[in-house]
Amino acid sequence: MVNWTPDEKHYITSLWAKVNVEECGGEALARLLIVYPWTQRFFSAFGNLSSPTAIMGNPKVRAHGKKVLTSFGDAVKNLDNIKATYAKLSELHCNKLHVDPENFRLLGDILLIVLATRFAKEFTPACQAAWQKLASVVAHALAHQYH
Amino acid sequence: MILRPGAKVNIPSDMAHSFKGGGLWDSLSLTSLPGRMFCVYPSTKTYFPHFDLHHDSEQIRHHGKKVVGALGDAVRHLDNLSATLSELSNLHAYNLRVDPVNFKLLSHCFQVVLGVHLGREYTPQVHVAYDKFLAAVSAVLAEKYR
Repeated sequence: MVNWTPDEKHYITSLWAKVNVEECGGEALARLLIVYPWTQRFFSAFGNLSSPTAIMGNPKVRAHGKKVLTSFGDAVKNLDNIKATYAKLSELHCNKLHVDPENFRLLGDILLIVLATRFAKEFTPACQAAWQKLASVVAHALAHQYH
Repeated sequence: MILRPGAKVNIPSDMAHSFKGGGLWDSLSLTSLPGRMFCVYPSTKTYFPHFDLHHDSEQIRHHGKKVVGALGDAVRHLDNLSATLSELSNLHAYNLRVDPVNFKLLSHCFQVVLGVHLGREYTPQVHVAYDKFLAAVSAVLAEKYR
């Protein structure tokens, strides 16, 4: 059970309310595939990933990014129960998708960079710290059912 | 992730220009880089017991200037990082002995600050260039550790 201060909850929920999930999610996933090209190994069915431009314009990347970030929103809505929230997804990522949990950390860091570019001054050190903690808790929860 | 010999990190020329002088590199947001790192990753403070770690102290900003200056130096010598950072590499290996995991933490905060400062201009292409560059610098700083 994670201990959230009132300030941390405020930084998380108030920023989340302003996030365009489709745009931020799509951009975060695209950046993951561009900055860490080996992550493309999970997306051979996505079509053209041959260049940053192709990746940024790929509709499957955008759609999947939206799906992933929408799911991230479940954590924001269930801050006091994140592990349970992601139990099924954790099993899925281990048993069916075979995703190295390191990728959850990579995507979490990328998401924070995307938030930084969009929220600028509002993304203060304290705000980043709260979001860093959230990303880390989500990554941990997604890895929790791995065996 | 070491750069291949002969490989050049692609840093766009207008970005490289920013390293040379004022603007981005004098801005408060960059010199407050260590402060952001201390806030987001409190364990990094263990290397600075001798510092005044209050938010935005003169010591923190002074140290931020040093770090950013060294990175600026590195960016001007992308094809010769080992030699350029040799002194700093010695310092970190024999004197400071900072655990290399912390280089990743600082690198990440640096990228967040770049994102805050550059917004849309911090495109994925620029992002990957900086990620490669920071990884290369980190590797050089740790290369004499053992």
